Amino acid sequence: MSILAYNGAAIIAMKGKDCVAIAADRRFGVQAQTVSMDFDKVFEMGPHLFVGLPGLATDVQTISQRLKFRLNLYELRENRRIKPQTFMSMVSNLLYERRFGPYFVEPVIAGLDSKTNQPYIASMDLIGCPMITDDFVVSGTCSEQMYGMCESLWEPDLSPDDLFETISQALMNAFDRDALSGWGGVVYIIEKDKVTKKLLKTRMD
Amino acid sequence: MKTIVRIPCVTTTSISNMAACAELPAGGFVFENCQRNKFLESQGYKVPKAYKTGTTICGLVYKDGIVLGADTRATEDTIVADKNCAKIHYISSNIYCCGAGTAADTEMTTQLISSELELHRLNTGRQPRVCTANRLLKQMLFRYHGYIGAALVLGGVDSTGPHLYSIWPHGSTDKLPFVTMGSGSLAAMATFEDRYKADLSRDEAMKLVRDAICAGIFNDLGSGSNVDLCVITKDKVDYIRPYEEANKKGVRQGKYRYDRGTTVVISSEVKKVELEVIDTEVRAVPMET
Repeated sequence: MSILAYNGAAIIAMKGKDCVAIAADRRFGVQAQTVSMDFDKVFEMGPHLFVGLPGLATDVQTISQRLKFRLNLYELRENRRIKPQTFMSMVSNLLYERRFGPYFVEPVIAGLDSKTNQPYIASMDLIGCPMITDDFVVSGTCSEQMYGMCESLWEPDLSPDDLFETISQALMNAFDRDALSGWGGVVYIIEKDKVTKKLLKTRMD
Repeated sequence: MKTIVRIPCVTTTSISNMAACAELPAGGFVFENCQRNKFLESQGYKVPKAYKTGTTICGLVYKDGIVLGADTRATEDTIVADKNCAKIHYISSNIYCCGAGTAADTEMTTQLISSELELHRLNTGRQPRVCTANRLLKQMLFRYHGYIGAALVLGGVDSTGPHLYSIWPHGSTDKLPFVTMGSGSLAAMATFEDRYKADLSRDEAMKLVRDAICAGIFNDLGSGSNVDLCVITKDKVDYIRPYEEANKKGVRQGKYRYDRGTTVVISSEVKKVELEVIDTEVRAVPMET
């Protein structure tokens, strides 16, 4: 079994029209046993910037704390909010530093540029290779199922409400075909003036 | 002029201070997780594979300069992770580098050498030479004895003319008129060996590189999607991305949009974002009497 499959996770981020959405499952398990159904894998790094961290749960928590630390220092030094592209470089740097003893997370970043409000999504492998796309990014134990769902459901320029439906259905149908992820879902829809957090009713098996 | 604030490393017994000192990245690799990771591996957990660029990359020297070419697929084992990644990396204004192998390594190594070369350029006051970039890359890769899995095709035009190098992960380099690297290198090299001649024209050279990359795209499983080209001459660089969309995505035949309200929501929370005030301008308008 892969180390990334020890705890199990499913995260998707999608671009819409002037908005982005990031969705994650809520299971925390130790191999076959589910321990909790309200484990956060999406962390807020700024009012318009979210990072999803699937993978080994201990590294998820360590990385989110280390990232927040670096981000705080950055914002104090620069006296402004970080841009999503710069944040992506920061995450990539944190992971590549540990190239020969990596953290077992494959992050997903979703955000809006604070000045131009351009949507931005990116994902990375466990040693920090960035992948920036214009449609969607997925990461987790059911990534193959999520790729399939997203390729079928995503279309460009979805409004926030339609984007919510699309990302939720893609996530739920994907993690329903994976034993290690699921047990609830959370979706953040990030728009220019507000962030909406919705908890989904899903199969709890 | 930005000032860098450094947190003073005071030797007190305060844990928070020590934690702050330990955290600030000092540059270079960190090996703190190695013991834990080795233990996990010994317990039978497979280490996840990093993105590889599979790849077909190639370059050739033509009459006026260099043409570099690359495909655009990034794979994670057998899954296509990125259908349109950029494999031709910027080293300096007159030097570009294609990367094959572990994607993170090619990305980070080229960025690192690009920074070093820029500092060198500021130091010398001259346009950087391709041989300098080659030397910097090979010395770094040899230092890590192949553990940094970056196989590169480095090309550029400097004051001494056009130069093309292929650099292997262990640090050996070859200076040649045409090179190919990556899993599709055999397909591309077959095309080059058949049709390469010295002093090709720009269009012939671009067509030959395009054909070599396409040979890789259509015959190698690790390469796919589009062809990117970079034409470097003495005066300018043409970074053509994509040069050709060799594989177009199909058009969806049905509508798969869900009606609003399909997904059942347990709870919903809206957080208004405070918009930051960047600039305030007060304009006085004279009163009319």
